[in-house]
Amino acid sequence: MTLPAINVKKLVKRFGTATVLQDIDLEVPEGKVSCLIGPSGSGKSTLLRCMAFLEESSEGMITVNGEALGFFENARGERERLPAAQIRAVRSQIGMVFQQFNLWPHMTALGNVSEALKTVHKVPKTEAEDRAMAQLKKVGLENRANHYPSQLSGGQQQRVAIARALTLSPKIMLFDEPTSALDPELTGEVLNVMRDLAAEGMTMVVVSHEIGFAATVGNQISFLDQGRLLFTGAPADVFAKPRHPRLEQFLDTYLDRGASMLV
Amino acid sequence: MSFKLFFLLLKAAGWTLSISLVSILLGFALAIGLSAVLLSSKRLYRAPAELFISFFRGVPLLVQLLFIYNLLPFIGLNVPSVVAAIIGLTLCTAAYQAENLRGGFESVPRGLIEAADMAGFSVRQIFLRIKVPIAMRLTFPALVNEAIMILKSSSLVSVVGIVEVTKMAQDLASSTYLPIELFSSAALIYLVICWSIALIGRYTERALPGGVK
Repeated sequence: MTLPAINVKKLVKRFGTATVLQDIDLEVPEGKVSCLIGPSGSGKSTLLRCMAFLEESSEGMITVNGEALGFFENARGERERLPAAQIRAVRSQIGMVFQQFNLWPHMTALGNVSEALKTVHKVPKTEAEDRAMAQLKKVGLENRANHYPSQLSGGQQQRVAIARALTLSPKIMLFDEPTSALDPELTGEVLNVMRDLAAEGMTMVVVSHEIGFAATVGNQISFLDQGRLLFTGAPADVFAKPRHPRLEQFLDTYLDRGASMLV
Repeated sequence: MSFKLFFLLLKAAGWTLSISLVSILLGFALAIGLSAVLLSSKRLYRAPAELFISFFRGVPLLVQLLFIYNLLPFIGLNVPSVVAAIIGLTLCTAAYQAENLRGGFESVPRGLIEAADMAGFSVRQIFLRIKVPIAMRLTFPALVNEAIMILKSSSLVSVVGIVEVTKMAQDLASSTYLPIELFSSAALIYLVICWSIALIGRYTERALPGGVK
């Protein structure tokens, strides 16, 4: 097997005295969709944020395509923080989509998507906007390019946010509950964009309550509960015959709500 | 009341306007620096800025103006009274504006910064491209408010010898015995100026790209 896109080893995260992630080992396979599921407060979002280095882990290591993210182990075997420029370099392989979209309100959709190309990568304005436009087209929003976030629906905002992340050509896309702030009607359009992305072979890690999406699009499902990774496996193993009693209990609530036909 | 008297009041309004405008702008520049210091994580840096703000917010502007007007010659600086007036108003408004801006910077949603982090922005780029424009729009209504407050507070600079609208009305009233006409005219002038500031403010706010959220 090839090198995992993201490798999480013995990860521990504490907020003060509370341990929110305990000894997490996880390999995110390249070109596949990995889903993190679990009840609220199980630590799945924190784990995803650690993978983006938006949270700094307390112990353990994360590598992205073999390169250490944020911390590395020095010659004496101690954990040491990498310099900011190096953190940025490793992080540039990762795109992130947030629950609250986090579009910059003072820029149009096109501005949001082209901003990093212009500001960070010094791409000339017209070229940056051409490339941004191509991404907006991909998420079906080329006719909303000059709208401000406040003029877009939640689903459209999230699609712009996906285009914004994609325009920097990341190797890995992280999704932090991308549809949780959307009503069911708008959820579909975002999930469709994610499905297309998965079909193109993008490496994706998705934290979601959309069990149906996890079951149909996911290649690897990880179940977290109370800061521990209880189970990682193929969707069929997770959904068809859940072996862990806690997972079974968790899934029951979803299967009750009609997701059973999907699995 | 003759038109000539009203014209004298209008001429004095030139002082009111120019002193206020200069003070607001200088105060704003000073406030940006102050708010940056206020947001520092080091107590040692924050302390002088906090002291500055509590002094200028805690002492009446009238006292500040008299103090500065008398202090400057005392330390050997012989400046025209208009400079003393501008210094007084500037320091006072800077204290208020700095607090506004600090609040604005702190209210920039964390997620917007994280999105910029993920897009590879440097600390400086995040400050200039994300934090400043958003903090500006968050504090804009408070800034307009402050401009109006300073415009009205500028009536106090008469104590350091500036003949602006209020002082002019007072002087004319005592020589013409037309206090009601003169003070109502002065009130009208203030009202029209403040109303214009509010109107320009509201228009500018609407014109800000993306609207104020």
